[in-house]
Amino acid sequence: MNRLGRYLSSMVLAIAVLAMPVTLIAQSTMPPAPYAYTQLDDPQQEAVARELMETLRCLQCQSQSIADSDAPVAGDMRHQVRVRIAAGEHPDEVRAYLISRYGDYISYDPQISTTTWPLFAVPVVLLLLAGLVMWRRLGRKGEAAT
Amino acid sequence: MIAEIGLAALWLAAALAALQLLAGFAGARAADGKAELAALARPAATLQAVLCAVAFLALLYVFAITDLSVRLVAVNSHSMKPFIFKLSGAWGNHEGSMLLWVTVMAMAGGLIALIERRLPERTMMATLCAQAFVGLGFYAFLLLSSNPFERLAEVPAEGNGLNPLLQDIGLAFHPPTLYIGYVGLSVAFSFAVAALLTRNVTPEFARVMRPWVLGAWIFLTIGITAGSYWAYYELGWGGWWFWDPVENASLMPWLAATALLHSVSVLAARDALRTWTIMLGVIAFSMSMLGTFLVRSGILTSVHAFAVDPERGSFILALLALYIGGALVIFALRAHTISEGERFNLVSREGALVVNNIGLSAILGIVLLGTLYPLLTEAFDVRVSVGPPYFNPVSAIFFLPMMVVLMVGPLLRWRRDEFSRIIKPVALVAAIVITVLIRVAIVNDISILSMLGLAFAAGLAVASFAPLFKRALHRTPLAIWGMCIAHFGIAVALFGMAADTAFQQERLVATSVGDVVEVGPWTGRLDSVKAVAGPNWTAMQANMLLSYNGGPELEAHPQSRNFWTPQMETSEVALLTRWNGQLYVAVGNQAEDGRWQLRLWWKPFVTFIWYGGLLIALGGGLALVGRVVGDLRRRRQAAEGFDDEDLDDASETVPTA
Amino acid sequence: MRQLRITLWIIVVLAAGLFGLFAYQLTQPKDDSVRSAMIGEPLPQFDLEPAFEGRPGLASTDFANGEPQLLNLFGSWCIPCRVEAPQLEALERAGATIHAIALRDQPQDVARFLEIYGNPFTRIGRDDISEIQFALGASGVPETFVIDGSGRIAYQHIGVITERDVPILLQELQRAGSGS
Repeated sequence: MNRLGRYLSSMVLAIAVLAMPVTLIAQSTMPPAPYAYTQLDDPQQEAVARELMETLRCLQCQSQSIADSDAPVAGDMRHQVRVRIAAGEHPDEVRAYLISRYGDYISYDPQISTTTWPLFAVPVVLLLLAGLVMWRRLGRKGEAAT
Repeated sequence: MIAEIGLAALWLAAALAALQLLAGFAGARAADGKAELAALARPAATLQAVLCAVAFLALLYVFAITDLSVRLVAVNSHSMKPFIFKLSGAWGNHEGSMLLWVTVMAMAGGLIALIERRLPERTMMATLCAQAFVGLGFYAFLLLSSNPFERLAEVPAEGNGLNPLLQDIGLAFHPPTLYIGYVGLSVAFSFAVAALLTRNVTPEFARVMRPWVLGAWIFLTIGITAGSYWAYYELGWGGWWFWDPVENASLMPWLAATALLHSVSVLAARDALRTWTIMLGVIAFSMSMLGTFLVRSGILTSVHAFAVDPERGSFILALLALYIGGALVIFALRAHTISEGERFNLVSREGALVVNNIGLSAILGIVLLGTLYPLLTEAFDVRVSVGPPYFNPVSAIFFLPMMVVLMVGPLLRWRRDEFSRIIKPVALVAAIVITVLIRVAIVNDISILSMLGLAFAAGLAVASFAPLFKRALHRTPLAIWGMCIAHFGIAVALFGMAADTAFQQERLVATSVGDVVEVGPWTGRLDSVKAVAGPNWTAMQANMLLSYNGGPELEAHPQSRNFWTPQMETSEVALLTRWNGQLYVAVGNQAEDGRWQLRLWWKPFVTFIWYGGLLIALGGGLALVGRVVGDLRRRRQAAEGFDDEDLDDASETVPTA
Repeated sequence: MRQLRITLWIIVVLAAGLFGLFAYQLTQPKDDSVRSAMIGEPLPQFDLEPAFEGRPGLASTDFANGEPQLLNLFGSWCIPCRVEAPQLEALERAGATIHAIALRDQPQDVARFLEIYGNPFTRIGRDDISEIQFALGASGVPETFVIDGSGRIAYQHIGVITERDVPILLQELQRAGSGS
């Protein structure tokens, strides 16, 4: 069973008007990659891998990380992550590798760049604004009330 | 026949809404709110509630008997389905859920028309007018583009079934809960617009609006809590919050409602924050509409999106632009006519509540930005993803200071206070926070956010009951109890989140029957795997025997289920709940060598997340009962000639009195 | 007061912008496919075993021979791949050299698939763990890349090749041939 299947069938449900239940995507008979459902022996490395996997987006399930998806492609990507971490790569290198293949889409952890800077600028502006509002509303009014 | 009755009732209700709009408008135009036509507004609203109830019952009926000549039933139901899911199928789809929305809205409108007599008649008429205006849009949507009672020319032999993921008791009641919350906010919106138009932003108005905000907020809290638990056990990987667009869509109205709830209290008790309260009233409903739009239009990709349709999206967008755009423009034109209200000091209850409001609004802004940002870049053909690694730390920047203020705020007096007065309880709470922080930092190697979460949870747990200190408990108003319990609920939920994030243990294994598996304090083995069947599914069920720290063996039966109408595989997890956490077991596929994929998680204190959510809702419930009883008492006293309007709120003024 | 009014009008404008964005996005066709970031980059290094006995395996070095070629990703278990089979044959008849990578596939399944739906492929490598799929930045199957004569990825086609896509792919092949 997989998230893609669910995703598709929910789409199918939404679109289909009295169509017969559509046969869903067939599954590959190939067993999942070795490290798709197997943890690394070193708990430290596994923890690092796990943390990284939670921040990588599954290609087919659309809105889920590869750490919580049953889609075969997510399993294969978990294998890639675990193998690379086990080989001593830093999580940032693995992330950078995947971004070089799929663009920023693959990572749930946006880095500051020409396309993402507003994501970081806006909270700063909000922080300043919050400070300003408090200073203006409360600081001055406080004196007035005293 | 029944379906036609439902449809007729709906058209009649829409006509009455038009009448209510005109009558309310006439009333709001008249100086004293009394015009000949205006007398019709209240009956029109009441009758609408009855008609919508008839329409909704008609829909339940056609689903109950699986009348396949109705298109909606044929597409979404099946004669073999369990009865309860036949009923829940009535609102488990777009048309039915919109009918539910309209019905709840009509009920709320009817209730206001029937019982609310405190506001000046002009404001009341404007409220009913606004309510009818909002209602009409939804009637139009329902009748013109999503008719739930449409018949089929050819009756099919069998229905299509309901998405198996929705065949779940939790999810059956999850959307209605959220909808009731959204509708409650629409009532608050109508009140806010009416108060703005009739220049009547007063404490009395706040007291009238407050129960609706509280009620909506309670339902939203329950809805989000239930939704999170549903995702947790249904999706099969142990996650309880994904910052998924649909989750965010339900979180945003909650954040706005929480802010509104607090600012409306300030307005009711102290006649301050007038403009801000109106603004939040508009924003809270905007977020409900926005949430509905995002979920229904399929404009954002989400695993939770079950019923998407761009055309309907356009309709909702038009309504969104009309109501929210309209309200904002009116607000911008009228805001200067509202004076700012009473003033207060930084160190005061109002000051703390302002910090709370700013924090909540900022988090709302961040969630909104993070959710919509991918949509914005997509317009420029760039695809980005924004997920937990962004939302968690960025919202924490505002959340953590709010926690500090939350611990101190309820102890402060209204208007003006000194820190020196409350230095003892503050020092105690600070000591708890710092002790926990140091202890956790020394003993465990966990992330800084989890550490802070644990420490603040401990501090807040104590601080939330500090307002009760030195009070005569049996004479403490219910609303104060409600506040304490809701704040305590936040501490409980925060503790659950931090503990699960920090101490969760995971075990993924391929096992043969008889193999031993260990995860955290649990030891277990796979006893057998067998095929089982339900009414509309078959499953492979793993029978496991597990013991906690060498204790007695407990059984767990996770399943991998295959539904056949429609065809889909789902994972039914097994949960072993202890007071201090939950063991989460899921079974996957069988490997070529015959071994079974098992996934086990030991999740310490994870249940506290949802207990906390329920406590928050319970606190809201107590406050609601307290307020309503207080209002009734006040009304009686007013009738007997007393003139003590501020009785209830004044009792909060001096917490330690 | 004036500041308040200005702030409010800013909010109105922001809301209007948001509604505009929504309206625009509603009119856009929803494209959920994830595009590769490797277009214009040299093909990643790989050397794959044959996917079944009938054709040799595939290595990245097979591409840098001066001629633009197609690289098709498929799986015998993938239903859309069956749909595009006639179009691949049409491409082959039009003179294109097509190599393929079979994803997560067993040799006997590949053999049966090609027997039923035709085999327009010159070389077929096997990728059991989607490793090369990730290296290419491919989102799934079926997917087709145009590789130019120097071994650079020139074009990516996501999903089924329909009849309308055949001339587009031929044109891209030609452009890849003349451009490098």
